[in-house]
Amino acid sequence: MSIENKEFRPKIVAFCCNWCSYAGADLAGSSRLAYPADVKIIRVPCSCRVNPMFILRAFQKGADGVIICGCHPGDCHYSTGNYYARRRMTLLFSMLDYIGIENGRTRVEWVSAAEGVKFSTTMNEFVEKIHSLGENVRLEDLRCKN
Amino acid sequence: MQRIGVFVCHCGSNIAATVDVKKVVEMAALEPGVVHAEDYQYMCSEAGQAKIAEAIHEKKLTGIVVCSCSPRMHEATFRKAAERAGINPYMVEIANIREHCSWIHKDMEEATKKAVILARAAIAKVNLNTPLQAGESLVTKRALVIGGGIAGIQTALDIADAGYEVDIVEKTPSIGGRMSQLDKTFPTLDCSACILTPKMVDAAAHEKITIYTYSEVDKVTGFVGDFTVDIRKKARSVDATKCTGCGVCQEKCPSKKSLSEFNRGLNTRSAIYTPFAQAIPNVPVIDRDACLKFKTGKCGLCEKVCQAGAIDYTQQDEIVTQKYGAIVVATGFDTIKLDKYDEYAYNQSKDVITSLELERIMNAAGPTKGHLERLSDGKAPKEMVFIQCVGSRCSDDRGKSYCSKICCMYTAKHAMLIRDKYPDVNVTVFYIDVRTPGKNFDEFYRRAVEEYGVNYIKGQVGKVAPLANGKLLVQASDLIDNKQIKKEADMVVLATAIEPDPSVRKIATMLTASIDTNNFLTEAHPKLRPVESPTAGVFLSGVCQGPKDIPETVAQAGAAAVKAIGLLAKDKLMTNPCTAKADELLCNGCSTCANVCPYGAITYEVKLINDHGIREERRVATVNNALCQGCGACTVACPSGAMDLQGFSNRQILAEVDAICR
Amino acid sequence: MNKATSQAEKIKEISGVNPLKCMKCGKCSATCPSFDEMDIKPHQFVSYVVNEDIEALTNSKSLWKCLSCFACVERCPRDVKPAKLIDAARQIVVRQKDQDYLSPNEIPELLDPELPQQLLVSAFRRYRR
Repeated sequence: MSIENKEFRPKIVAFCCNWCSYAGADLAGSSRLAYPADVKIIRVPCSCRVNPMFILRAFQKGADGVIICGCHPGDCHYSTGNYYARRRMTLLFSMLDYIGIENGRTRVEWVSAAEGVKFSTTMNEFVEKIHSLGENVRLEDLRCKN
Repeated sequence: MQRIGVFVCHCGSNIAATVDVKKVVEMAALEPGVVHAEDYQYMCSEAGQAKIAEAIHEKKLTGIVVCSCSPRMHEATFRKAAERAGINPYMVEIANIREHCSWIHKDMEEATKKAVILARAAIAKVNLNTPLQAGESLVTKRALVIGGGIAGIQTALDIADAGYEVDIVEKTPSIGGRMSQLDKTFPTLDCSACILTPKMVDAAAHEKITIYTYSEVDKVTGFVGDFTVDIRKKARSVDATKCTGCGVCQEKCPSKKSLSEFNRGLNTRSAIYTPFAQAIPNVPVIDRDACLKFKTGKCGLCEKVCQAGAIDYTQQDEIVTQKYGAIVVATGFDTIKLDKYDEYAYNQSKDVITSLELERIMNAAGPTKGHLERLSDGKAPKEMVFIQCVGSRCSDDRGKSYCSKICCMYTAKHAMLIRDKYPDVNVTVFYIDVRTPGKNFDEFYRRAVEEYGVNYIKGQVGKVAPLANGKLLVQASDLIDNKQIKKEADMVVLATAIEPDPSVRKIATMLTASIDTNNFLTEAHPKLRPVESPTAGVFLSGVCQGPKDIPETVAQAGAAAVKAIGLLAKDKLMTNPCTAKADELLCNGCSTCANVCPYGAITYEVKLINDHGIREERRVATVNNALCQGCGACTVACPSGAMDLQGFSNRQILAEVDAICR
Repeated sequence: MNKATSQAEKIKEISGVNPLKCMKCGKCSATCPSFDEMDIKPHQFVSYVVNEDIEALTNSKSLWKCLSCFACVERCPRDVKPAKLIDAARQIVVRQKDQDYLSPNEIPELLDPELPQQLLVSAFRRYRR
């Protein structure tokens, strides 16, 4: 653990559904729309595949922010998956907020396969938000620090 | 322990220019399980795939990580390569270091760091991959075409000619679509009806085609090869099996004040009507909002005059449920509403019309019997002004940001036809750019200028104002002469932008087909899969995918048909093996998973379970692999953690999370 | 950065306009009620800013002939807003000597019966904080 004042580079995990958001991220890439390298994308079949456990684990392992991207309401490839995700995450995020992981560190965003621009702006905004919140210290398992 | 091979692609300079691929190889080689790591110019090339095969044989690899472009691009390629080399295709994972890394980051150090982390995540996942076997599902050999315009008709004919059953669902009382409203077609100026009606007749007569007009798609369930669709046949109030199409009912109907949809509201029709004379089927419908019988209970004249006894006021909407293997969307377009364009005075003057309205005016069967006249006073115009790009190429919220593509050509067509038929009429076209790419298209536009003396002026019109003398003041700029033009015109024609038919939103939602910000349906790949929707088994035909003229629409309709035929020709489809699976030892039979499953793929059975020596009968969940689509909703809902998704298991995703946060 | 470039940047900053969005349709000039009075026409303002020919723009008659009626802003299909560019060019003229703000007590001195009304209006529009 270094104590010198290094530039804060947040760790951000983005869960993207395979059908809309992952394709939106691909479009952002092929349109060369930059967003910070701090964002790392994990592909899941649907936003409803995101288990709250994954998010808790991310924070436990030192993530500073977690964002979940899915298809727009009504456009889910599996009809209703994103509705489940929305309800589950609302609940989870309020709980996380209660234990000190601010609401700004967690986010659900709908990005369609055609919205490369939205993907990039969302990620830029989110990273900026995490920068303003600083490093996450709650829930982190200190044994994970190296 | 897996024996993993990591292959890092340069993608020419696409990746290698911003990611230090050698460094990625070096770092990846240090990861647990990795026994082989190399980089290559183009992994997807034959030579690249051969390298993977070679490494599999030599190093006895059990898992593969390819650091390359998006898995949406080449995952299938690498999986096939692995399968040919003798390992299970689902032992391959892709780290997307192009779209998600090299293309968006400029700093080499940063991009390389990220690429290493993405590679680590993929390696961590592969370490936990298990071989998966794809199942099979049957294909229903019948196609559904939504929309009965030229796109839908052509697709249906092509599929039917290949020997498959096709159903066309059309929401209006007749097939024909927008093309049936057109007078002439560019660039050959042949009459639209003359080339369309034979196709309509062919479709109606084809033994493999069933046409549902005045019908809408109500509900879609299922998946590629096995869709189940509810079609709502709206109550026609006329028995199609008895009606002879004599037309007496329409003549006698006393309620004649409804605006004709077919003639774009320029004249009226009776409450019982067929949209146009060549309608197919030639069976009228009763507009229940206008019919006196339905409104007041009195009348019933059509029933009295109908010799065939076809009128049936008690008819109800009927739901037809049918199974399909493929669905083609051909919902077409409409012109945009001009309410936000006050400056063109469309709502203030009857003599300001859209180009589609002009088509009806020019048509012999139209509201003016084909005579070019002002709708306000019936006088023949002497000065006509055409305004291009009305609502197209607008980046504000009033119009559409795209070019509607067809307007330059149809405006040249209109101008030419008017100059040809009425040589004393002066025609002026105000344009921003004249865009006429296409075979014989630019020649066509030049003919309008050179042979027919149409006056083309570069500059947009700023304002159209009705004058007291009944004329219209057109204020425009001439950018070549750098002056402002004020011109009195008798008629103004607006080349109005086109937009996808509003019904497409609902249909896209039912099909879970993705749609862009302009409501055009998204194609699976903009260049390589332009007629397929990203949703398997759904194909796109015509303007629902993007603006097109008739030849392009017909070409795309044929392409969509071929794709649908390619699907219908298969007896069985390989299903996605990434399905949910319940751990019988953990399942407590609570039914939570079955309640969230959108496909009804989870059932319960009572089974004899051997739980660490304890034998007992338990109610446990089982997943039907043919129905499960692998969304994973059940895995999160399961309170005991018994449900997991193969290929995206909890352990795999957690391993990815760990690798990223390390 | 040379003077013309910095002035062009200033105009873009004040007006909030991206002149590169212009597709040269000429709808602004078609709408303009004082078109005939102008030496540089509304659609040309945009290319003057793009080409950084700010001196010609600040010396032009058009600057003081624009009525600030905003018809061009209203109707521009590309959200370019030529009137805002003109407005900004006027500010450049007014702000010579690098005066970025007017204080209210200076205003009576500055008032000149010869001064075009629209300058006054747009000055207030610009200088309000």
